[in-house]
Amino acid sequence: MDLFLQQTVNAFALGGTYALLALGLAVVFSIMGLINFAHGELMTISGYVLMYCGLAGLPFAISVALAISAAVVAAVLMERIAFRPVRNASGATMLVTSFAVAMILQVLFQNLISARSQAVLLPQFLSDSIRFGGLIIGINKIGAIVTTVVMLIFLDWFMKHQKAGIAMRASAEDFSVARLMGIRANTVIAGAFALSGLLAGVAAVLWVSQRASVDPLMGFTPVLKAFIAAILGGLGSLRGAVAGGFLLGAIEIYLAAFLPQELQEFRDPIGLCLVVIVLLFRPNGLIPSAALKAEKV
Amino acid sequence: MAPLLSVQSFHVHYGPVQAVRGIDFEIREGEIIALLGANGAGKSSTMNALVGLVPVASGKVVFDGRDITHNAPETLAPAGLTLSPEGRRVFGTLSVAENLMMGAYGIRDKTAIAAAWDRVYSLFPILHERRDQFAGTLSGGQQQMLAVARALMSGPRLLLLDEPSLGLAPKIVEQVFELILLLRDQGVTLAVVEQNVAMALEVADRGYLMAGGQFVVSGTTGELAHSDALHSAYLGAD
Ligand SMILES: Nc1ncnc2c1ncn2[C@@H]1O[C@H](COP(=O)(O)OP(=O)(O)OP(=O)(O)O)[C@@H](O)[C@H]1O
Ligand SMILES: [Mg+2]
Repeated sequence: MDLFLQQTVNAFALGGTYALLALGLAVVFSIMGLINFAHGELMTISGYVLMYCGLAGLPFAISVALAISAAVVAAVLMERIAFRPVRNASGATMLVTSFAVAMILQVLFQNLISARSQAVLLPQFLSDSIRFGGLIIGINKIGAIVTTVVMLIFLDWFMKHQKAGIAMRASAEDFSVARLMGIRANTVIAGAFALSGLLAGVAAVLWVSQRASVDPLMGFTPVLKAFIAAILGGLGSLRGAVAGGFLLGAIEIYLAAFLPQELQEFRDPIGLCLVVIVLLFRPNGLIPSAALKAEKV
Repeated sequence: MAPLLSVQSFHVHYGPVQAVRGIDFEIREGEIIALLGANGAGKSSTMNALVGLVPVASGKVVFDGRDITHNAPETLAPAGLTLSPEGRRVFGTLSVAENLMMGAYGIRDKTAIAAAWDRVYSLFPILHERRDQFAGTLSGGQQQMLAVARALMSGPRLLLLDEPSLGLAPKIVEQVFELILLLRDQGVTLAVVEQNVAMALEVADRGYLMAGGQFVVSGTTGELAHSDALHSAYLGAD
């Protein structure tokens, strides 16, 4: 029982990070139909900022703020430089553009920083843990879960109670009509990227806090997972992204913990099979996006 | 007096498809204009291109003395021109009140927005009653009311309505046309695309009949009602 509870905490911590990343992908996809594979490189940028801030001896809170801000700025620049010129192109063109952006950034990290993994100095308290009865839970896990919950509450509030958030939902449902209301295309898309950058930055801090290292390809795996989570939840649906993130996190953690030793090798394929089975029963994902039906002018 | 909207040799293309092929027309302040024509005549293309949703291939559009031919859609609602598009296209996952709030998105003037809320809720008490409901759960007629109300939130001087009576029960259709007359009395100029020719001719001052992307007849609604072209257009012959 304790082992199960322990793993449940782990599942929430990992699933929460996937959820934040999947949300970042979904926010951008819902508005401009782009699956931004360079989302992972936003994470990597945050990771490197954390590393340099650690080397410079900055207080952790300031490092975190800088790392997250860096991802936001990078996301907005990415949109302005790489995605705006292909905004009206096909989904395939935008997808290839995002791969190109990801690869360019990876090469830059490899050549300007280091091809190898670098240690990130983290405050001691992150590796402490707290006892709850029979459970021993790392501070970094608690931090990840609390941060995820705070971010989800913030995002929900923003989307429901802020004019800019409501405009994003309107644009996601029917971009042309949203523009007709006076919602500026450039502003709402830049806003979506900024939000995705914020989510990637926060996810990066959580990710690095569990691993204390950063490398040029750091963002690749988590964003691939987040992409799977977004599809599992229903591509373009924000609630779906959250549900998919937590479900994928749970699948991975429980398989790692409870699959017999002989089968551990097949953990990832088995996990993906479970995802496919869910999609067989719910082809549009757990919580399909409402914009599926919305047509374009 | 200069017309509120003037459109000259207006063309709209979708790749090789020439949907609108050189039309000219004017709308004067306080008028109700009907734009008629069979399916595929180019009516929606005209409306959508006027507000920038599809590009204008060539021609010139002047609204309120300003050239708006190639303006982005988001600049037009604040300037006083908006469209309630074909098929209503309310934001189904937003509440009624959020839809209305979006209608006023481009407007800065707080008192104008407050006045728009009052006007819209007094025109459509049902929307006030249902303000927290998702727009997608409204009936077709209520969604049409919401689409018009949303357009009114920006306080337009010229309101374009693309098939506002489409798919509505006859009783509701009548309400829509009453609303059009009421809005005109409130000082809104209107251009209405309609399949419901009889109704459109009843409320409009002037009309244009479109076929194959061009105007085949235009004139007062009395003149149009008696034209052979109008009758043949709706029998499917060009
Ligand atoms: N997005 C588009 N791409 C290509 N062709 C289009 C597009 N929209 C409309 N058309 C074509 O342009 C022509 C005019 O269409 P439009 O929608 O303007 O007609 P309409 O008069 O509004 O018809 P309806 O009464 O059916 O609404 C038609 O031949 C149509 O097939
Ligand atoms: Mg039409």
